[in-house]
Amino acid sequence: MARTATAPGAPTTRLGKTALEVDDRLIVAGPLRRTLNKVFPDHWSFLLGEIALYSFIILLLTGTYLTFFFQASMTEVVYDGSYAPLRGLDMSIAYASTLDISFDVRGGLLIRQMHHWAALLFVASIVVHMLRIFFTGAFRRPRETNWLIGVALLVLALVEGMTGYTMPDDLLSGTGLRIISAIILSIPVIGTWAHWAVFGGDYVGELIVGRFYIVHVLLIPAILLGLIALHLLILVKQKHTQFPGPGRTEHNVVGNRLFPTFAGKATGLLLVVFGVVAALGGLVQINPVWLWGPYNPAQVSAASQPDWYVMFLDGSTRLFPAWDIYLPGNYNIPALFWPTLVLPGILFTLLMAYPVIERKLTGDTASHHLLQRPRDVPVRTSLGVMAISFYLVLLLSGGNDVIADKFDISLNAMTWIGRIGLLIVPPIAYVLTYRICLGLQQHDREVLEHGIETGVIRRLPHGEFIEVHQPLGPVDEHGHGQLAYGGAPVPKKMNQVGGARRAIRGFFSPIEEPTAVELEQRGEDRGLAPAEPQRELTTSGRPAEGGRPAEGGRPSEGGRPSEGGRPQEPRD
Amino acid sequence: MSTTNPQSDTQLDEGPRRSRWSRRPAEGTPAAAARARRRSRQRRRLANVAALMAGLVLTGALYSTLAPGAQAADEGSESSAEAAGRELYERSCISCHGENLEGVPNRGPSLIGVGEAAVYFQVHTGRMPLVRQEAQAPDKPAIFSDEEIDQLMAYVQANGGGPVLPSGDLRDGDLALGGELFRLNCASCHNFVGEGGALSSGKYAPSIEDANDLEIYSAMLSGPENMPVFGDNQLTAEEKRSIINYIQTITDMPDPGGAGIGRIGPVGEGLVIWLVGVSALLFGIFWMGSKA
Repeated sequence: MARTATAPGAPTTRLGKTALEVDDRLIVAGPLRRTLNKVFPDHWSFLLGEIALYSFIILLLTGTYLTFFFQASMTEVVYDGSYAPLRGLDMSIAYASTLDISFDVRGGLLIRQMHHWAALLFVASIVVHMLRIFFTGAFRRPRETNWLIGVALLVLALVEGMTGYTMPDDLLSGTGLRIISAIILSIPVIGTWAHWAVFGGDYVGELIVGRFYIVHVLLIPAILLGLIALHLLILVKQKHTQFPGPGRTEHNVVGNRLFPTFAGKATGLLLVVFGVVAALGGLVQINPVWLWGPYNPAQVSAASQPDWYVMFLDGSTRLFPAWDIYLPGNYNIPALFWPTLVLPGILFTLLMAYPVIERKLTGDTASHHLLQRPRDVPVRTSLGVMAISFYLVLLLSGGNDVIADKFDISLNAMTWIGRIGLLIVPPIAYVLTYRICLGLQQHDREVLEHGIETGVIRRLPHGEFIEVHQPLGPVDEHGHGQLAYGGAPVPKKMNQVGGARRAIRGFFSPIEEPTAVELEQRGEDRGLAPAEPQRELTTSGRPAEGGRPAEGGRPSEGGRPSEGGRPQEPRD
Repeated sequence: MSTTNPQSDTQLDEGPRRSRWSRRPAEGTPAAAARARRRSRQRRRLANVAALMAGLVLTGALYSTLAPGAQAADEGSESSAEAAGRELYERSCISCHGENLEGVPNRGPSLIGVGEAAVYFQVHTGRMPLVRQEAQAPDKPAIFSDEEIDQLMAYVQANGGGPVLPSGDLRDGDLALGGELFRLNCASCHNFVGEGGALSSGKYAPSIEDANDLEIYSAMLSGPENMPVFGDNQLTAEEKRSIINYIQTITDMPDPGGAGIGRIGPVGEGLVIWLVGVSALLFGIFWMGSKA
C-alpha cells in the first residue's frame, strides 16, 4: 500500500491502479503514509499494554459467540440436558443455557473457558501494564489524562468481570451476587434505595441477570471500547515514552516504524496471546459451573470466592473487625461498608490522583518523554512497592481459608497474620525498597567513577593488593571517570563492554550468522581495533537515517553511557 | 532390680542378720572384714531375687484365683469376636477411652452408645488410634485389618449399642437429589464437590474424594469430629444413598474442561492465570524483545 502511494509516475499494476482510484476519492495516502512511518520505541515492557488490548479482542470475539447461546433469563425450568447429575432439577434458564453451552454446543465449553481465562488475563495485564507505567514515571505530564483513562479502564474491567461472574446463575455466582446485594445495602442512607434500583426489589428477584447481561455485553464493552480507542489515540498523539539512552532525547523517539517492524511484532504478540488463552481454555478447566450446581439462596459452599481481581476486597472483608455502628433511631452502619466500599474508594482515588499528588509534592510540572529508572525515584518506587505489598496481603487474605486448608494452618491464625501483616508489611516493604534503590544508585555512580571491577587482582611493589578497574570513559588525573549518570543502565560487567568473546544473539535460535560472529572473534583475537568500526556500524542505525535493514541493528537498545561500549542486552 | 535399690536392701535385711554381721568383723583382720562384707552383699542379692520371685508367684496365684471369678459374669454372653475386640480395645484404645468405654477426661470421649458406625469410620479411615492430641484427628492408613475392625465394632456395639452399619448398595439413590442434598447439607464445609475446607482454629472438613461408600455413610451416621450427626430423621437412608451416589459419581467423573486444578474455584484459577498465563506471556515478550 505504502509503495503505491509513493510511486511517482502512474501505477502500472492492477493493485496500484485500484489504490490510486481509492486515493483519488478518499485522499488517504498522506495520512496513511504518516501513520505507517510512525516510530515506536522498542522495549519489552512496552508490550504489556498490548497484551491487555489483545485479551480484550479475544473477549469480544469469544463473548459474541457465547451470546448466540446464552439466555439471560431467571425463569425457572427443569433441566433436561446432557449432564446427568443435574437432570430433573429446577434451575434458571440462564444456568440451563450455560450448561448447554458447556455440554451441548459445539466448541461451547472451549469458548466459554477461553472467555473466562481471557477475562482473568485482561485484568492481570492491565495491572502489570499499570505497574510499568507507575514505576517508570510514564504518567507524568503530559500523560496524566491517559493515566486517568487507564484507571477508569481498570475499574470498568473489574465491574465487567464481576457482572460476567454473576451471569451463569450457578451457586458460586449466586453467592457472589448475594454479597454484592449486601454491599449495596450497607451504604448509609441510600443503601436500600440503591438496592431497589439495581435489583428492582428485594434480593434476588427475577431481573438482575437480565440487567447485568445488558451491562455486561453492551454498556461496559461499549465504554471500554471507546476509552481504549481514546487511550490509543492519545498515545499516538503524545507519542510513546522511551527509556533514556544514546541518541534519545525529550524531543525525539527512537525505535521501529509502525510498518513493517512494529506491525509484525504486534501481530506476533496477538497470536502469542491468542495461543496462550486458547491453550489455557483447552487444557485447564475454569469455573466448572456444572459442579457448582444451580443457585439456591439456602445453599452456600466453603471457599466461595470472587475471581482474583475482586479477591482483595474479599480479603479486606475477612480482615476487618466486626465494627457495626449503631446510631439512634434503630439505624446502623454495618461493618461491611468499610472494607468493601470505603477502602476501594480510597484506593482507587489515590491511584487516580497519584500524578497530581506527585506533581504537588515534587513541584515538577515539566513535560517528560523520557522514562525514569525505578531506582532513580526511590520514594515513588518505595510507595509503589508498599502499595503492592498492602494489596498482596489483602489478596492472600481473600483466599485465606484455602491457604489454611491446603497448608494446615489455623484459619484464625491466617486472619491474624493478615491483620497484623496489613499494618506492618507495607512499611517494611517501603524501607527495604528505599534502601535497595539507594544502593543500586550508588553502585551505578561507583562504577561510573571507578570503572568496572575486572576481577583481576594486582600486587603492587610494596605488597598492596588492588583490583584492576576498567574505566568506562576518559578519566581525570586521579583516575576517576568523568562520565555523568544519564538515567540509563550502566554496564557492570566486563562482558557488557566487550570483555568476553561475542556471543551469538538470539533467544531460541541465532539471529546472526555464526560465521560472521566467528570472523569478528578472530579479529578480536588479533586486537580489538579491527572489530570496533564494524560494531559501531551495527549499532548506530537510526530510523531517522532511513530505515536500515533489520540485521542485528538494534537502535533502540541503549544503555551505553559512552562511545566505544557494547550495546546492552535487552534484559539488563 | 532390687540390687540397685538401697531402700529395699535396708528393709529386707534389717533384724537378726545385722546382729550376725556386727559380730563378724570383730573376729578377724580388716581384710577378712572386707571379704565378709563382699560375701554378705552377694547373699543379700540372692535374698532379694528370692523375695521378688516369691512376690511374683504370689501375685500370679492371687490373680488366677480372683480374676476369673470377677470376669465370669459376662463371659457367657460374649462372642468370640467381641472377646477379640475387647483384647484389641484393651491394647490400643483403653488409655484414652477408659476401661469400660466411659472415656478419660481431656483425652478421649466415651464410646458408650456411639455404635459400630463410629468405630468403622474412625478406625477404617485410620483416624483412630490417634497419634497425638491436636486440633483434629487426621486420616492415615488404617492400623487394623478389616477383620480386627469387625471385632472392635462387635465389642463396642455390644457395650452400649448405637448406630449400626447399613447393608446393600449404598449408591442406590437419585443422583440429582443427592447433589441437591449435598449442596444443602455438606457443601458449606466440604466445598462444592467435597474437596474439603478450613474450619476455625486448625480444624477442617476433610476432602471426601478418597472415602469409600461405607465411610461416607458411617460419617453421616456418627458425626465424627466437628461434623453434625445426620441421623435417619434428618436424612433418610435413601437420601444418604443419594448423596453417596452423587459424591462418588462426581469424584469419578473426569473434568471435561481439562485439568481440574483442584476443583476449588477462583483461588486456583487466579494462581494459574498469574503463574502460567502471565508468566508465559512475559516470557513471550522477553523473547520478542530479544528479536530485532
